[in-house]
Amino acid sequence: MPLNTILITLLLLLVFSYFIGKGRAIAVSTTKSNGRRNLHSLPSYYGYMVALWTVIPAIAILVIWTIFETQIVSSLTFSSLPAELQQEGQSSFGLLLNEVKNAVQSGQVDSFTDPVKIAAAERYESVRSISLLAKTVVVLGVALVCLYLGWRYIKPETQARNKVESIARWAMILCASIAILTTVGIVFSVIFESVLFFKSVSITEFLFGTKWSPQTSIRADQAGSSGAFGAVPLFVGTLLISLIALIIAVPLGLMSAIYLSEYASSRFRSFAKPTLEILAGIPTVVYGFFAALTVAPFIRNLGESLGLTVASESALAAGLVMGIMIIPFVSSLSDDVINAVPQSLRDGSFGMGATKSETIKQVVIPAALPGIIGGVLLAASRAIGETMIVVMAAGLSANLTFNPLEAVTTVTVQIVTLLTGDQEFDSPKTLAAFALGLGLFLITLLLNVIALHVIRKYREQYD
Amino acid sequence: MSTEIADKNRDEFDIEILNTVGKPFIDKPEDIKMATRDCDVFYGDKQAIFGVDLDIGKNEIIAMIGPSGCGKSTYLRALNRMNDTIEICRVSGSLTLDGQDIYSKKQDPVLLRARVGMVFQKPNPFPKSIYDNVAYGARLHGLVSNKADLDDLVEASLTKAGLFKEVKDNLQKPGTGLSGGQQQRLCIARTIAVDPEVILMDEPTSALDPIATAIIEELMDELRHNYTIAIVTHSMQQAARISQRTAYFHLGKLVEVNATNDVFTNPEHQLTENYITGRFG
Ligand SMILES: Nc1ncnc2c1ncn2[C@@H]1O[C@H](COP(=O)(O)OP(=O)(O)OP(=O)(O)O)[C@@H](O)[C@H]1O
Ligand SMILES: [Mg+2]
Repeated sequence: MPLNTILITLLLLLVFSYFIGKGRAIAVSTTKSNGRRNLHSLPSYYGYMVALWTVIPAIAILVIWTIFETQIVSSLTFSSLPAELQQEGQSSFGLLLNEVKNAVQSGQVDSFTDPVKIAAAERYESVRSISLLAKTVVVLGVALVCLYLGWRYIKPETQARNKVESIARWAMILCASIAILTTVGIVFSVIFESVLFFKSVSITEFLFGTKWSPQTSIRADQAGSSGAFGAVPLFVGTLLISLIALIIAVPLGLMSAIYLSEYASSRFRSFAKPTLEILAGIPTVVYGFFAALTVAPFIRNLGESLGLTVASESALAAGLVMGIMIIPFVSSLSDDVINAVPQSLRDGSFGMGATKSETIKQVVIPAALPGIIGGVLLAASRAIGETMIVVMAAGLSANLTFNPLEAVTTVTVQIVTLLTGDQEFDSPKTLAAFALGLGLFLITLLLNVIALHVIRKYREQYD
Repeated sequence: MSTEIADKNRDEFDIEILNTVGKPFIDKPEDIKMATRDCDVFYGDKQAIFGVDLDIGKNEIIAMIGPSGCGKSTYLRALNRMNDTIEICRVSGSLTLDGQDIYSKKQDPVLLRARVGMVFQKPNPFPKSIYDNVAYGARLHGLVSNKADLDDLVEASLTKAGLFKEVKDNLQKPGTGLSGGQQQRLCIARTIAVDPEVILMDEPTSALDPIATAIIEELMDELRHNYTIAIVTHSMQQAARISQRTAYFHLGKLVEVNATNDVFTNPEHQLTENYITGRFG
């Protein structure tokens, strides 16, 4: 049976075992004098219990089997090959196997003339079909055995409801751990590759070097620089652009949040708030366009008319547009925390003869400040991680400068350029991307931790 | 049983409140601190207060009682224009403080609230230090010019509110860290630091235990010598203990105003009698 047929069969078994379980529960129970069954749980819970017990072990076996199948089939095929071919080792065997696999799948085995290949193809096919058959038998067998055991397990006092509950709990734990494991996996692979990078480039050069020019020679005999991996210009560029973005976004976002939550009529608010939040939904590549084609030329023309030299791709253009993009992060979160400030505090302030703006300045903002800071930090980590706008509007040249009118580049942009194009995977150039990623990850992690900490502190205040 | 219910229904709905009974007015004009005539308050289309005529005298504590939802808070908030902060709320009629219309165009509501302070049901200290809570109003209105004067004002206000002894070593600790009763006294200290002429209190002790309540009642009795106090309360014992006059509200109308003693021993209006004998509300 091919995989999808097995799955469909399991699905049918799921439905079937539900009714079996439910029917069994009704059958083993007796009706008491008050008209209720003497069952611990409702009959459908017995159905759920049996259905889940039937399918979950079978699915688990199926998944594990399928994961290891390719490897086992390959090595079985390998061991059946003539000894002299085995001598040639795994890599040429891999090529052969791929060829055989493709041929088998497209039904073109007849085109083979080499007897070794034909033998391999036959061997491969037979191993594969045995594996498939065994898989089908084991999986469906386990499902049926479990179905039977579940059916036998049902008694009036069986706590089916609690069993189903605990399965649901485990399912949720599984989902949560998948997310966590993915994160941990990514972090570890980044760390691992970074360690490789730091074997060829010293940490001090990476952290304190001021020259970034990752052009390494692709082949050993090629002329060319060995590359300079000083990441300072990149982090400075990131910092500069994020700073410009925050200088734009924090006042604009905060002011609009204050206006929306304290001054605007509820009708205006109900229309303006979602509109503002749309800003966050615009794809960043659109912002990039906007920055490169509209804002950057505008800034250059403006600068030139003032007698300033402005690069056609400037940090200012990227930062401005990025600032617009992250406004909703600041405004939406600030709006929420400002609204969460109890009305009684405002009343208290008004009741003592404070004006509205005095109340906002002296009472509302201080009370909401931790939440606002949290919002700003989240916006900052968004700005630091932003790539598209910078690629399009700020350029690729790694200048170490604090002048917002010059072209700069950022960590994320360099990661993109390092990893696009033909490169050996273990060259320092490629590995540098991981080191940069690690640095970026640590920075945003730090910001997020601070933000969460600040927000949590805020929560404690009013609950 | 059924006749009792019928009685009650008749009490509530059939007795018409035509005019306020008792003595809503004060004879000598120089004794009047605040006065309202034909005061109506609306929330949107809904009228919450119907034509209230009432004088509030200097240095008296007037208690406002009545069943929940009858408009006590609404009326109280009309007296210092706190209702202005509610978008849909509208006040009409004549409301005066020392004979001057507080709803006239010339009147700045912010300055009015500095003269007519308010203490709320739930203690609402600002999330600032105890010192800054009390200094808040003084700083806003520029009441003092230097730090030493401010220190004195804070100490004096806290002392008047009977809190200074308990907090004198912790003035820089957050006001939100105090107990409920202490917080309420802090709010009173904060209000009197602005030196208002009238203090409006909306159920100031309903969130407090009997001991904290007793302390605040004692405090109010002392404050009476310098301020005029209007207090909304759900506790008739409290009204009887602390106030000189009592006003009974019912469904947005002022039913009866009299000397507190008279209201509780010899109510004139049937509705008042029903309420204080616990027949409803
Ligand atoms: N902000 C508001 N918007 C609309 N209606 C309101 C508002 N505040 C109060 N009301 C209405 O006005 C009426 C009087 O309310 P108010 O709060 O003055 O009663 P109260 O006597 O203080 O009651 P309680 O003893 O429960 O505090 C009620 O019917 C209430 O529903
Ligand atoms: Mg009230």
